Amino acid sequence: MPSTTPAPDIAASNTSLRAYLHGLPGVDEVGARERAAQLATRSVKTTAKAQAIDLAIRMVDLTTLEGADTPGKVRSLAVKAAHPDPADRSVPPVAAVCVYPDLVAVAVEALADTGVAVASVATAFPSGRSPLAAKLSDTRRAVADGASEIDMVIDRGAFLAGDYRAVFDQIVAVKDACAGAHLKVILETGELVTYDNVRRASWLAMHAGADFIKTSTGKVSPAATPPVTLVMLEAVRDFHALTGRRVGVKPAGGIRTTKDAIRYLVLVNEVAGAAWLDPALFRLGASSLLNDLLMQRAKLSTGVYAGPDYYTLD
Amino acid sequence: MGKDDKTRGRARAVREPAAQPARLVVRKTYKLYVKGAFPRSESGRSYPVTSPDGRHLANAALASRKDARDAVVAARAAFAGWVGRTAYNRGQILYRVAEMLEGRRAQFVDEVAAATGGDRRSAETAVDAAVDRWVHYAGWSDKIAQVAGAANPVSGPYFNLSTPEPSGVVAVLAPQDDPLLGFVSVVAPVIATGNTAVVVASEERPLPAITLAEVLATSDLPGGVVNILTGRTAELAPTLAAHADVNGLDLTGAGGLAAELEQSAAATLKRVMRPRPAPDWAAKPPIERMTRFLETKTVWHPIGV
Repeated sequence: MPSTTPAPDIAASNTSLRAYLHGLPGVDEVGARERAAQLATRSVKTTAKAQAIDLAIRMVDLTTLEGADTPGKVRSLAVKAAHPDPADRSVPPVAAVCVYPDLVAVAVEALADTGVAVASVATAFPSGRSPLAAKLSDTRRAVADGASEIDMVIDRGAFLAGDYRAVFDQIVAVKDACAGAHLKVILETGELVTYDNVRRASWLAMHAGADFIKTSTGKVSPAATPPVTLVMLEAVRDFHALTGRRVGVKPAGGIRTTKDAIRYLVLVNEVAGAAWLDPALFRLGASSLLNDLLMQRAKLSTGVYAGPDYYTLD
Repeated sequence: MGKDDKTRGRARAVREPAAQPARLVVRKTYKLYVKGAFPRSESGRSYPVTSPDGRHLANAALASRKDARDAVVAARAAFAGWVGRTAYNRGQILYRVAEMLEGRRAQFVDEVAAATGGDRRSAETAVDAAVDRWVHYAGWSDKIAQVAGAANPVSGPYFNLSTPEPSGVVAVLAPQDDPLLGFVSVVAPVIATGNTAVVVASEERPLPAITLAEVLATSDLPGGVVNILTGRTAELAPTLAAHADVNGLDLTGAGGLAAELEQSAAATLKRVMRPRPAPDWAAKPPIERMTRFLETKTVWHPIGV
């Protein structure tokens, strides 16, 4: 936990913000890797596994972020989000469907009355290289079309150049444009180079008002990794201890198997605590993960190994 | 100083060995063959394999249902690449297997003789027949489409063409009695047409199959096209028969389990091969060994206008 108590004016200037972020204790990189690797060896089986799979399904942000996305594809994804396995109505719906801003209206219409939220990436996703005015209008349009969650990207260029104040102000401005919609701040950890930077970016985003901090866009490799997620989970845990506000975490990109998903759940429970084992505070950004979760669920309930021929192609 | 020297000299004399120790024989560890590699069973188990007269030959890996699961994943991953090769190239690779097997003829004669307890003469016949069987199916590889496919006459302005395509992943229970020729006779026809295979070797005589895996691994056969498991047929077969990502099931070595396995395979509409009566491996193999694991695709193509 950082020793520095946040003064109300940490963001008063770039200098004060820089002093605060660089005053955070450094991350023990080897320790973080070791701890994540050690927690990945936990064995979760039978009824615990069944529970974990259902929880993981409820945490999925079913995502399609391709240039080739069509309204038809978003509609079929919406149907899948509401009823992941048409043959088994006991499968819970996923948390949200995540699309580009221009397809929000289609997703909102398709998901009416299903309880599944619509999330939209905004702010010139994935690079974030646009003027602030464009980013804000991007956000306002998505919110006006009915998105209840906004996934924004931070300006990594400004962050790496040490212009923390610019990053902070942008998050505050986008949060304002969200007008009540949940704001997830994508740090794009694959471009932040060090775990120290991940910790700084996490604290920066949380102080600026993020409701969620998210690892990656999925367009940069490496995307989400367990050690990076561990560093971010420590940050939200400590931020809660400091301020009493719980911020969520969303690893995204590269999570493809049930085994990976369960490892993240173990990480959440052991690092942040059981309070975060809730779709309101932890999400998994994924597209192909859902089919594997469904296949593992079928294996548990029938005892027979499932095959992809019996599930949708997304 | 001088005393020390003397003591040291005496100690050296005492340590001098009476004779050179006999060389320790380096024995082969028989493992599984999955995804082109030779892993042990994930369960860590093994079981003793003996010759028919009770002599201990080696310990073989005792595969578990999770090994079967991993083998299916490997076979599925290899399918797209294998079916994407030209039939001619598959034939070349099968012929290469025959060449590699021929080069290790003496080793296989020893293994087959030890496994079956028969004389060297009949083992030699079996190995030669196994080499010839690879050549037989190498030739079939780019000819099966002409035999199993057709240009169909239809009453309309269309070309109507039927072509055979492989089913996908085929689980093969290799015959229990014939560890090499029988094994080759069930595996070669499956992969010649473009399927990939998960093979459960003979339970009592698994060793020649694993040595054959060394031949497959050095024959340009892509990893995962043939995966070989050793262990209890009764433990592995039900998992493979019910697995939803397996498209075909060869029950040749199933024995008394066959009816039950065929039933369980029906739930996922697998192609099932259940030879009755037991095949004679020395005889000319029936074409059904290949056609059973093929699907027919028919294309209508308009002529003219």
